[in-house]
Amino acid sequence: MSATATSPAPEQASPLLSLRGLEKRFSLSGDFLEQLKFKGGKLVREQQYVHAINGVDLDIQRGEALCVVGESGCGKSTVARTVMGLITPSGGEIHYDGERIDDRSTRALLPYRRRMQMIFQNPYASLNPRMTIQQTLEEPIRLHHPDWTPQRVEEQVAEVMASVGIAPDWGGRYGHEFSGGQRQRIAIARALAVDPEFIVADEPISALDVSIQAQVLNLLMEAQRERNLTYLFITHDLAVVEHFGTRVAVMYLGRVCEVAPTATLFATPRHPYTQALMSAIPRLEDERPQHLRLQGEVPTPVHLPSGCVFHGRCPHADARCRREVPSLIATDEGGQVACHGVEEGRIG
Amino acid sequence: MSLLEVNNLDVRFALRRGDVQALRDVCFRLDRGERLGIVGESGAGKSVAAFSLLNLIAKPGYIAGGSIRFDGQELIGLGDRALRRIRGHRISMIFQDPMMTLNPVLTIGEQMVECLRAHRRISTRDARAISLRKLEQVQIPSPEARLDQYPHELSGGMRQRVIIAIALLLDPDIIIADEPTTALDVTIQAEIMALLLELCEEHNVGLVLITHDLGVVSQVTQRMLVMYAGRVIEQGPTREIINDPQHPYTQGLINALPQMATPGSRLNQIPGSMPSLNNLSSGCAFHPRCGFVTRPDDSTRQACVDQEPGFVTSGNCQAACHMVAEMIERERLPAEEQDS
Repeated sequence: MSATATSPAPEQASPLLSLRGLEKRFSLSGDFLEQLKFKGGKLVREQQYVHAINGVDLDIQRGEALCVVGESGCGKSTVARTVMGLITPSGGEIHYDGERIDDRSTRALLPYRRRMQMIFQNPYASLNPRMTIQQTLEEPIRLHHPDWTPQRVEEQVAEVMASVGIAPDWGGRYGHEFSGGQRQRIAIARALAVDPEFIVADEPISALDVSIQAQVLNLLMEAQRERNLTYLFITHDLAVVEHFGTRVAVMYLGRVCEVAPTATLFATPRHPYTQALMSAIPRLEDERPQHLRLQGEVPTPVHLPSGCVFHGRCPHADARCRREVPSLIATDEGGQVACHGVEEGRIG
Repeated sequence: MSLLEVNNLDVRFALRRGDVQALRDVCFRLDRGERLGIVGESGAGKSVAAFSLLNLIAKPGYIAGGSIRFDGQELIGLGDRALRRIRGHRISMIFQDPMMTLNPVLTIGEQMVECLRAHRRISTRDARAISLRKLEQVQIPSPEARLDQYPHELSGGMRQRVIIAIALLLDPDIIIADEPTTALDVTIQAEIMALLLELCEEHNVGLVLITHDLGVVSQVTQRMLVMYAGRVIEQGPTREIINDPQHPYTQGLINALPQMATPGSRLNQIPGSMPSLNNLSSGCAFHPRCGFVTRPDDSTRQACVDQEPGFVTSGNCQAACHMVAEMIERERLPAEEQDS
């Protein structure tokens, strides 16, 4: 990737998390024997991959809420899981607070695991059905602070329960006794139990009802203010991004196509894909949707298009777009965009 | 007379511990070519309302009372054979998940021809020609080739287009669409919604759109119902409800949207969550979450706790709320005093 994309501006402090050329491929071909194919009288080994993320560069500064948006299959959840070490990347580097963490063993990663926590999308699946809420909240504390006395662990649990608005008598109950919004509150409490500084939230509100979404978003924002948290927030809901994010990264087919401060991105989206995405938000104000129609649909990440991954659906694509992969370049408004058209001044 | 009139619809689910009332006293109507939105949270009863129109409620659910009149004909109590002539023919449905709706072992063409031949005496060749025309209407690229493809060969957006084509096959009077775009991505969702709107207008088809997305409702529909815990709590022209909601729950829903607050500030949340239907509170089902139960002078509006509110008309909208009723009453009294 280009130098402009990876090197932070000189006046900025060093980022809390930085991704360099991150890649992740998932094999589609099964084990070795299944990969063998008989072609033209010869035995050949064939492998197919899903290219979930290809070359993602992102910096997350302390105290910000970076939102990653994109359609399903664009790799946003893979980014979240790779950052958390739940998936090993196929290429590239992850640096946390200046240290490289993607090549560490599980044991060496443990101190970092305490500092970064995750909130998952589906609160019906992320809570262990056989553990009480008290056990659920105690487990991470016991793991990360084996030297703490039971009394101190209990105090910590009580404190975190109070801070997310969980009544103390919930402790002895099980996950299935609670509604979706309450479960997500418990999942947030579990993430906060070990006093992390960085939280990855993968679509934390999309499984919840409208009136509950606001409650959970408020809780996340309160936690950020009180605990000085940094968020990596994965979502497909642009209205939430506009409200919650300080910066937004738009992903398409495993690549970041635009990064910008939220207000800038919503006022002047530069990348043609961002523009289409913005115009597709159903708004309360306009009676008639005036959205930019894209041709076709997202290609499969198995056979990636050559050049710019978006060229097949882009109304501005030319020969260079089909040939050459665009890299992120800085814009005047403080963002970065990966588009030949914007770089050449063809697109406003 | 409206094309579709639903009155006092009462749907229950017979469970071992007793009946759960999923719909209470639901009334609405739909004119020819009109687009109606039904919004509410999950469990509010919006899908049950739509399914009961065609008696698609699965056991242990049953329609316990009320009336559904379609084009002058009463649908409740109609036999299966008679109902089948209406289902898929004059009223068709679009479901949420396009993969579940299409039969995975039949090609698109076979499914469309089957549907046509079930309702009309028509040759396979003619049925195929009609199917092709409908696929062209929903703007599927290379429609000829699609007829011989299986559902798994199509993308989600394409499948939903096929389903819209099937819904339009027999030129229905009404399409009921249950969260038709929830399973799809934002950009595809916008395209499908625009297509549905265009086709409904072009063919003068009525649309009942069930969704939880207030943005979609405000862009597509002319009138809307807001449901809460099995009841319609507000209905009226979509624009008026969105711009000036009367019921505290509708107000809460709209105010809770992130776009209603300045970025970064606290969202206006509704406290608590919707009660489950077998554990409804007395009086107004919304009163435990409602900020208006307590009057400005700190007295409790006892009616909210004791008594289920009836509908009051405010402008072109109707709302089931004691607070709104009280406000209207207060406004009317001085006016009458001046008159006399």
